[in-house]
Formats: sequence, structure tokens, C-alpha cells
Amino acid sequence: MMANTAQHPLLEVRDLHTYFHTFSGTVKAVNGVSFAINEGEVMGLVGESGGGKSVVGFSILGLIDSPGRIEAGEILLEGQNLVAAGEDRLRAIRGREISMVFQDPMTSLNPLHTVGKQMDEVLRLHSDLDAEARHAACVEMLESVGISRAADRLKAYPHQFSGGMRQRVVIAIAMLARPKLIIADEPTTALDVTIQSQILKLMRAQIADKGASMILITHDLAVVSEMADHITVLYCGNVVERGRTRDVIENPSHPYTRGLIDSIPDTTKRLDRLSQIPGSVPDIRNLPHGCNFRDRCPRAQARCASEEPKLMPQHASLMAACHFPLEPGDTA
Amino acid sequence: MLGYLLKRLIQMVLVLWIVSVIVFLMMSFTGDPVFMVVPIDATDAEIAQARRLLGLDQSILVQYWKFLTSLLQGDFGRSYVFRQPAMTLILERLPATVEMVIVAMVLAVVVAIPLGVYAGANPDGRLSRMIMAGSLMGISLPGFWVGMVLIYLFAVTWGVFPSSGRGDTAEIFGLRISLATWDGWHHIALPAITLSLGTMAILLRMTRAGMMEVSRQDFMKFARAKGATRRDVLYKHGLKNALIPVVTIFGLQLGDLIAFATITETIFSWPGMGKLLIDSIYRADRPVIVVYLMLVALIFVVINFLVDIVYTLIDPRITLK
Amino acid sequence: MTGFLRSEFFHNYRRSSSAVIGSALMLGFAFAVMVGPFLVAQNPYDIAALDLMDSYKPPVWLEGGDPRFPLGTDGQGRDVWASILYGARISVFIGLVAMVASCTIGTLLGLVAGFYGGIVDSVIMRIADIQLSFPSILIALFLMSAVGTGVDKVLIALTAVGWVVYARTVRGSTLSEIEKEYVQAAKVAGLPNHKIIRKHVLPNVLTPLIVIATIQVGTFVLIEASLSFLGVGVPITQPSLGLLIKNGFDVLFSGLWWTSVFPGIAIMILVFGINLFGDFLRDELNPRLK
Repeated sequence: MMANTAQHPLLEVRDLHTYFHTFSGTVKAVNGVSFAINEGEVMGLVGESGGGKSVVGFSILGLIDSPGRIEAGEILLEGQNLVAAGEDRLRAIRGREISMVFQDPMTSLNPLHTVGKQMDEVLRLHSDLDAEARHAACVEMLESVGISRAADRLKAYPHQFSGGMRQRVVIAIAMLARPKLIIADEPTTALDVTIQSQILKLMRAQIADKGASMILITHDLAVVSEMADHITVLYCGNVVERGRTRDVIENPSHPYTRGLIDSIPDTTKRLDRLSQIPGSVPDIRNLPHGCNFRDRCPRAQARCASEEPKLMPQHASLMAACHFPLEPGDTA
Repeated sequence: MLGYLLKRLIQMVLVLWIVSVIVFLMMSFTGDPVFMVVPIDATDAEIAQARRLLGLDQSILVQYWKFLTSLLQGDFGRSYVFRQPAMTLILERLPATVEMVIVAMVLAVVVAIPLGVYAGANPDGRLSRMIMAGSLMGISLPGFWVGMVLIYLFAVTWGVFPSSGRGDTAEIFGLRISLATWDGWHHIALPAITLSLGTMAILLRMTRAGMMEVSRQDFMKFARAKGATRRDVLYKHGLKNALIPVVTIFGLQLGDLIAFATITETIFSWPGMGKLLIDSIYRADRPVIVVYLMLVALIFVVINFLVDIVYTLIDPRITLK
Repeated sequence: MTGFLRSEFFHNYRRSSSAVIGSALMLGFAFAVMVGPFLVAQNPYDIAALDLMDSYKPPVWLEGGDPRFPLGTDGQGRDVWASILYGARISVFIGLVAMVASCTIGTLLGLVAGFYGGIVDSVIMRIADIQLSFPSILIALFLMSAVGTGVDKVLIALTAVGWVVYARTVRGSTLSEIEKEYVQAAKVAGLPNHKIIRKHVLPNVLTPLIVIATIQVGTFVLIEASLSFLGVGVPITQPSLGLLIKNGFDVLFSGLWWTSVFPGIAIMILVFGINLFGDFLRDELNPRLK
């Protein structure tokens, strides 16, 4: 196992295509996405709503339901292809090696089961511990996500918790079997602003403590800039830019990333008007030829309509899919 | 909790009072019961005398007041036909109806829930489609017609089941119960099956809809992300959630069974209170109809109350307020 | 029209075998009801056309069957097939008219309750609540026992039973609609109530109403049949399918099954068709399921 990790990144996604076949056409939610994540790293997966970010997360866990399907690509967990793995193997991985935190803590817990039962389920599925040991582990875990009187709280039902507390419970469930990778899908979007930073701090501490990696799926660049080591930017199911967080945030080379960064409210500068990317995400069932972003792009030229840009190395650590990338110091 | 019980009790009394008003009004607008009690060749004087005895010569408010006070005193009037207290007549027949309704309900639940869960868990399967087509057939058939076909096949043609009556009963705690004897079971089979079909179909469809609805919930996907099998997720996380709407309509279905028992009892000459009601309607035996309706209203109100209690036992989010 | 033929609704309709079968059954039934009486030789209500010599003839494929009476005859020599065609007219008429009446009254009461609130709302909704806790068949049975038999009286009883679902649905959607800001703004701007109702409330509630109305026709046909079977529905001069079954039941024990079995099958075909199609409509028009 140790030899494996030396050769392979923890998780590598290669050319993933996940499509949804609906009446009104095939939705190419993920259309050739590649990235890799090493042990102990946090990767931010960023893009606008409807950009296929969550579908990447569900594809990794093999939780794409009909009419969706992984059409092509590989998802390698320590070198082992999960796309080809059977349901039994995937079940052994879910919750044990890769676990997931959902967006809305109000709906991700079963309202009719106690918190304790829902935590216990993970350990029953993935460990040989006896009831007493499982209980002790649950108490310990619940305390470590900052819930006091944990032994009592295990007997409570989800509706007796606030949103922030429930998300703590969800995180506790996700961390319980000490997975190597956590996929957090907009873990703070549904929460109050004041709670958001607490939850982010908690997640960072948990990952650091347990030595896990994390894919943080979000539309919020401000969140990833604090949390992530690397950033991958998705647009219309494609990776348009990726690189180290610092490079992406300070000097992005793709105009789309620039646009996302400029639309973060910056309290230190006084702006008359918050800039935003003009236009909206094109109809994903009917993508234009060439660069998907060209209709919204201030730098677009004739070539952008005829030729689809490939992911190419740019300055510093960046890779970007753009014919006319930005250089450090350029404005969009 | 005490506050809740008090509130419910007041509600129940209120409902029963409104029912008593409606029942009384409907009854006083229709027909003249005086002709039920006087001989055909009665003179005008005799009719007027009978009318006075029945209190029909007084104003409607006075009549209602008398009606209500005698109800409250436990005097429910005497049947014009049987010349016996109406309540006694109905209570005598209550066990037969209750026993048929219970057998029908148990039958419906035992068949409907497993099939509904299966059809909801495998919505695209061939067997599921057959189950659903069958259940749709179940709600599209007139129940009395099914009873008739069963009688024709099993009683008239093959002679394996009796077509009417209750058969032998045995006395348990002072109640005459068919289920205590083999002959009783033999007699109750066809009516109970007939009665259960509609409820069976509806419970099945509710269970399936509940299963399908719950499959779309986030917590189901979250449970799968924990590594649980699809089957475990469906049965351990889904089923209980799916059954909440089923419990809600359970009470209504019990009411429907009591209502449809009137028809089933008529077809199978089952000596229950439903058949008594239909017979009383034919004979305009007003006191019996009134007592039946008041008693059934009371039963429904109690059932609704019990369903609310069961609800809180299943769903921790619901508290009695 | 071409727009409709290309729509997702029509696409799904063609792919759903239950929807196609359901609507085919409904249309076939409607056709039989409309032109049927012109196709049969005998008018079952014309005493002069009946011949007691023809009584209790079995269906044509059984021994003793008569080709003039494909489904056999009843005790008065009445053609069962003709009786079904005439009886179905009464059943369908009652179902449709009672549905339209329930829908109209229920929608109006729902709008009034939702729009004006207060005591009007409480009274209407409490009546609805109480009514809903009793089975429709029992309420209808009780009303019929009070008012006596007759097609008009069955219509009254069914409408009294049927308005509640519409009232509740319309009230709910009215309440959620008038709370929306643009409707509040329209109110402040002086848009008259009937325009608010027409432009904002009715379009939103139309879809569920279509589904309820479709299925209700089937329910009403069944309730009417039950009432008539019990002898408190239509009069014997206007026998619906339910009354035909009742008349047949009286001779069932003599083995004369065809006079009651065939009318029952007719009811089943009609209600099954309505329910199949209604199910499709519900799945298709319910945005929550998509």
C-alpha cells in the first residue's frame, strides 16, 4: 500500500465524461475533466452553479443515478480505477476511503433516526468494533467536531439541532471511518455567514488532524482561497484553469477565473460597483463550437469561435484553456 | 400533553355536535315519520295524536332541543320497525361489522405494504408494473360487483364458500365472534376479501408513492455515500419515512371500510350494523339512522385521534400540541 | 397543434403505454355512449319493443343464445348490450355533470376562502375538514336517504361530496399567491380582485384541478353505481350501470350471471381508463416528480 501511494496521487480523475440523457437532449454535465489530488492536499473545485461541480463529486463515489451515466474516463483511487469497479467494491470505498459532505444539512440526515444511529451505521458498515466501542468512537468524534454533551446528543433527532450543528454532525459522520478523502459539496452554502467560517475552520482542523485530503466544491472563490492548496476551475463541464491557489487568485490566466475573482466583494477596497461577468452560462445541452466562454469573454477573437482551446501550461503553476490568456499585470 | 388532550376533546365534542345538527336538520326536512307508526287506516285524529306523541307538532328548535337533551341522557329513541331502543339494535350488530372491518384491514395491510414497497423500490420492473396495473384495477372496480362475482364463482358455481350469513359464532368476553369458529372463518372470507380490495389498492399505491418520494431525498443519497447497500438504504432509511403518509390515510381508510361495509353486508346478508342501516333507510326508520350516524361519527373522531397519536410515535418531529 | 405534437408532454404521452391505453378506453367509451343507442335495434325503455318470450337468453356464445342479443337478455327480454349502452349514458352524464358542478362550486368557495380569509374562510374550511373526515360514500348515502331517489338528487349528493377537494386546493394556492410581492403590489396599485384571480391565481391552480377533475369523474361513476345498487340512486325508469347490476344481482343465484356481470365490466373499463389516464396526467403535470 505504501508503495502505491508513492507512485500514484491519492486520487486522479482522467478525462471524465458524465452525461445525463433527458428528453430535451443530452446534458454534458462533466465533459472531459481531469485533475489529481495528493495525500493531505485540499483542492478547490470552483465554478458557477450548474457548472457540473457536484456531478464530479457524485461520479467519484459512483452515485450517478439514471438518467445519468459515466460515459468515459477513469477515476483512479491509489491507482485503482473506480469507474470499472463493481458496486460491492464501491460500497467498501464509500464512507470508508472517500466520504462526502452534502450541501444542505437540513436534508442530508434522516429525520426519523437518532443522530447516534446514523453515526453508528458508518462504523457498523466499515469496522468490526462492538457496540460499546462504536458508541465510544461516536462520542469522541462528536466531541471533536465541537458538540458538547455528546453522549446525550447521540440520542437526539436531527430536528433538535440547528443547521450549523447538523452540518457538524454530517462532518462527524464523514470523518468517522477516517477516510483518506472528503468530498465537500458546498458545505457552507446553506448556513448563516457567521456559522460558515466556524464550519470551514472545523473542516480544516479535522483534515489536518486526520491527515485526510479534501475536494472542496464551491462557487465561492473567497472560501477556497482560504482553504485550498490547489484550485481547479470548471466552466460548462470543462476544466478551464488550474494551479496553486496563490497563483490562481493573484494572477489568473483565464478570463473566466479573472471574472470570478473580480466579482468577490472586497471590503478593503471601495468600489463604486461590484464587477460581474456579463451574460450567463450557455445552455449546456447545446454548447457553441469553439470556446464555451467566448460569448461572455472581453478578449474573445475570431479564433475562439473556430477552435476549442486546450489546457496549456501558462505562467507559474497555472494550466489554462484559453487562446489569449492573461499575463500577470493584465486586466481583463 | 394535558392541554392537547383537552383541546382534542373539545374538538371532538364540537364535531359531534355539528354532526347532530346536520343529521337532525336533514331528518326533519324529509318524509313524515308519523306514517311509520300509525296504521294505514288511521283517522286524522289518530295521526294528530301520534304526531303529538312524537313531538312533531312543535317548532324545529324545540324538537332539536328535545333531540339533543335525550341524546345526552343516553336516550337514542326507539326503532319504529323493531319497537326496540335503536342503540341496542345497533350495538347488537356492531361486533359483526367490526370483526369484518378488522379482517379486511389486516388483509389489506398484509398484502399492500410489501407489494407497495417492492413496486416503489423497483419502479421500472415488470412485476412492479403488473402490481400497479392490478392495484389500479382494484380502485376502478365497483366493490359490490366484485362481491357479486365472488358469490357467483365460489358460492353458486363451485359451492366452496357460503354466499351469505355469519355462520357459527362463539362467545368471547360476552361478544359473539365468528373468528372463534371454523364456520365463522368460512363465512367471513368472501365478504372480508370483497371489502378489503379497495383499501388494499389505495394503501399499496400510497406505499409505493411514499417509497418513490423518499428515494429522491438527500438523506437517502447521503446514506448511500456512507457505504450502505441500496437495499439497506431503501428499507432502513426509506420505509419508515415512506410510511408516514400511509399512516395518515390509514384512519381515513378505516372509515371507508366501515362505510363500504354497508354495501358488503347488504350483498352477503352479513348481520352487521351496515345492513341494518340500509334496511332502516328503506323503511325510513329514522331513529336507527340517526343513532348509526352518531355512533359512526364518534368512531371516526376516535380513529382520527388515535392516528394522531400513532403519528407522533413514528415521527419524532411531531409533538402533540 | 404541431407545437403540441412536438412537446415533451405529447412525447411522454406516446411513450407511456398506460396513458395511451387509458385514453383509448375513455375515447372508446365516449364513442359508444354517444352513438351506441343508434347502433342497437332495441330501445330497452320502449316497453313495446320488449318481448317476454326473449327473457333470460344467455350470451350468444352459450347454448340457447340468440344472435339478436349478443350479451343475452334480462327478465323482461331486454337486450343487455343495449341496456349497457343506454345505462352508460346515464352513468357518464352523472359523473361529468357532478364533476363540473363540484369543480365550479369548490373553486369559487376556495377563492372566496383564500381571498377574504377571516370568518368566511374558517367556516368554509371547518365544514370541509369535518366532511373530509367522513367517507364520501357515507355522506352521499345519508343525503340520498334524506332526499330520495332521482338523477337530480344524485347530482346534488355528489356535488355536496365533491366540492371539498377543489376548495382546499384552490384556497391553498390562493393563499400562497396573494402573499407574493407582485400580487401585493398589484393590489396596492389597484388591480381589481377578479383580475388578480384570473391572471395570478387560476393559472397556478389549473394543473392540479385538471388532475383532480379527471379522476373525480371515475370516482363519481363508482359512487353513483354504489348508491343505485343500494336502491337509493337513480330511479328504475332511468337505470344506470349500477342499477343494472342491482337488477342482475336479484337473479344471480339462479345462475343468470350475464345481466349483472357485463354492466360491471363496462364500469370497470370506463373507470380503469379514467384512472390510467389520470395517473399519467398526475405524474406528468406534477413538477415535483421531474
